[in-house]
Amino acid sequence: MIAAATTDAFLERAPVLLRDAVTGFLPEPWRTLVNALIAVGLILGIFGTLFAFITLAERKILGRVQNRPGPNRAPIPFINKRFFGLSQPFADGVKSLTKEDIVPRDADKVLHYLAPVALLAFSILTFAVIPYGRNLVPVELDAAVLYFFAAGAATELAVFMAGWASRNKYSLLAAMRALAQLISYELPLLLSWVPVVLIAGTLSTTAIVDAQAGWKFGFIPHWHVFTPWGFAGFVIFMVAALAESNRSPFDTPEAESELIAGHLTEYSGFKYALFFMAEYFGMLALSGMAITLFLGGWRSPLPFLEFIPSYLWFGGKLLALIFGFIWIRATFPRLRIDQLTRFAWKFLVPLALINLGNTIVWSLMSNSSALMQLARWPVCAAIILVPFVVLGRKLSAGVAPRIYRYA
Amino acid sequence: MTALQLCLVFSSALFCVGLVGALARSNTILVLLGIELMLNAANINFIAFWRFSPSPAPATGVMFVIFSIAVAAAEAAVGLALVIAVYRHQKNIRLQEANRLKG
Amino acid sequence: MNAVLIVIALVTLGAAAVAMTLRNLIHSALLLIASWAGVAAFYLWAGAEFVAFAEILVYVGAVSMVVLFAVLLTRRSRADLTVTPDSAGRAISGFIAGGAVCGVLVGAIVATPMGVGSSPTPTVTVKQIGVQLMGTHAASLLIVGVLLTVALLGAIVIASADRTDDSEDTP
Repeated sequence: MIAAATTDAFLERAPVLLRDAVTGFLPEPWRTLVNALIAVGLILGIFGTLFAFITLAERKILGRVQNRPGPNRAPIPFINKRFFGLSQPFADGVKSLTKEDIVPRDADKVLHYLAPVALLAFSILTFAVIPYGRNLVPVELDAAVLYFFAAGAATELAVFMAGWASRNKYSLLAAMRALAQLISYELPLLLSWVPVVLIAGTLSTTAIVDAQAGWKFGFIPHWHVFTPWGFAGFVIFMVAALAESNRSPFDTPEAESELIAGHLTEYSGFKYALFFMAEYFGMLALSGMAITLFLGGWRSPLPFLEFIPSYLWFGGKLLALIFGFIWIRATFPRLRIDQLTRFAWKFLVPLALINLGNTIVWSLMSNSSALMQLARWPVCAAIILVPFVVLGRKLSAGVAPRIYRYA
Repeated sequence: MTALQLCLVFSSALFCVGLVGALARSNTILVLLGIELMLNAANINFIAFWRFSPSPAPATGVMFVIFSIAVAAAEAAVGLALVIAVYRHQKNIRLQEANRLKG
Repeated sequence: MNAVLIVIALVTLGAAAVAMTLRNLIHSALLLIASWAGVAAFYLWAGAEFVAFAEILVYVGAVSMVVLFAVLLTRRSRADLTVTPDSAGRAISGFIAGGAVCGVLVGAIVATPMGVGSSPTPTVTVKQIGVQLMGTHAASLLIVGVLLTVALLGAIVIASADRTDDSEDTP
């Protein structure tokens, strides 16, 4: 983390000031180390707590949408008040810790143990490069976006390990399906942020946030999502992120009602909880990256709202995106596996590629006269909207009979 | 021993591990993986010479490794497709048994 | 500084060597992935950040998946995965050849006086890499793009089953 700029408001500087007050007296090599450890501890603590309460919020909101109360029984210990079941996540945690950990007799013991650990480790690694606020980025890297997706790509390995080590043919088949899905959606995910790099001219997350500073006409923020290519990129990114984090409507790998949780079938107790946790961490990290790339990072949407500290803006945007995830889960039915792969290869990938070309047109037109500046809005919107409509029509025309090639 | 020599010894040892794997095993996939290891060992050399060269300004070593990684990815894809094709004809992927030109 | 390098080298070499001797193909592949990650760690140590992440993305993320899929697609039962040990003669001649190459290489490296530049760790930013790729190396970039496209198309053509050929066999 960099030292805070002195011009910022007190609340803005508070986290860095607090940290310096704690570690300021240490000699130099130790200071960096302790600072790094504090950052790690904070990330684990904050996102761990967030994970616990997002599970509760998810169940509450799902209950709300489905006209039922959701979990509301778990009391606060000793005072015996319920507070809408606020202690439910902790009860769940104790439950999963004390449950029996069943390992199949013929399972590959080492890999069976390693899979949830590897998955969680890789998904925590991705948190390192997200800028959580002004001057609040744990690791400043020149190739930060690349790092993020490299660490994210390694999670596929853990899915394979889980499916393989269980020694259960259904687990293995489901893991292969999950991998097919993850690999298919990796492409649009990676292609959707390339335009951002093209416009910002950098792979560093802090520089990408800086590229979105300022307001047009004093009230429209320069966020990438408020441009034709940025909006398309954001939507593609979020759809791919839904699939990458195995969320509904793309949760075929572990569809509980149809395939007994897929590659997680043979996992129980705390290992299952680790998988669950890694899934939510992946969702949080991808949302954080979407905010950084498209939604202006920690920047406030309006100039007069800048007095609110940047990390609160980041948190607010994060919670809003998570709410979107939960809302989508509550309203969309699950896709069939063939629909899912067709959607990725025949719709998202071409659209992402067209969007890349669209961005090039946008950046070429930005250097010309004022008329061109104005003309690029409808032109770029048309470039992305026409393929969207055409491809969408083709996609819905294909609800014809399925071909059971690999079924 | 200087750091550069350490890097070079590391890369040649990795190269030889790949070589022994490619020569001594008869499973096609393992042979391919041995070749991938040898490619990686060559990449290590490029990076090592770039890192310790007297004038590292033009990042040619880095460039070469980037291209090399891309080519290695293509090689892995084609190689493993060949493995699958061989398996379909022979029902086996031992290299000694893939000795017919017409499958 | 050198201690870090030695640790990275030992882990990478150990993982690779064990992978080449194991009988279970899946374990071999997973250990090799670990050794690729070790190579990426070496790139990080040498200051080539971009290359390290590219290595992770390509090898740990993509090539590993191709390898694992290939392992699973080319077996009839789970027992197929334990590769029978090869003939002793083959192994011995492999070791002799590998040892000879290793001896020659290491001997040459140790015997050669290397003028190490005293300059500090060179840095290369992503921007410089991008400028170089689009400037000096633009032609090679295009060729690599064509190569990748052709290679992947070829791989699909080779690997996809001919549907007319063995229609009874397919489930």
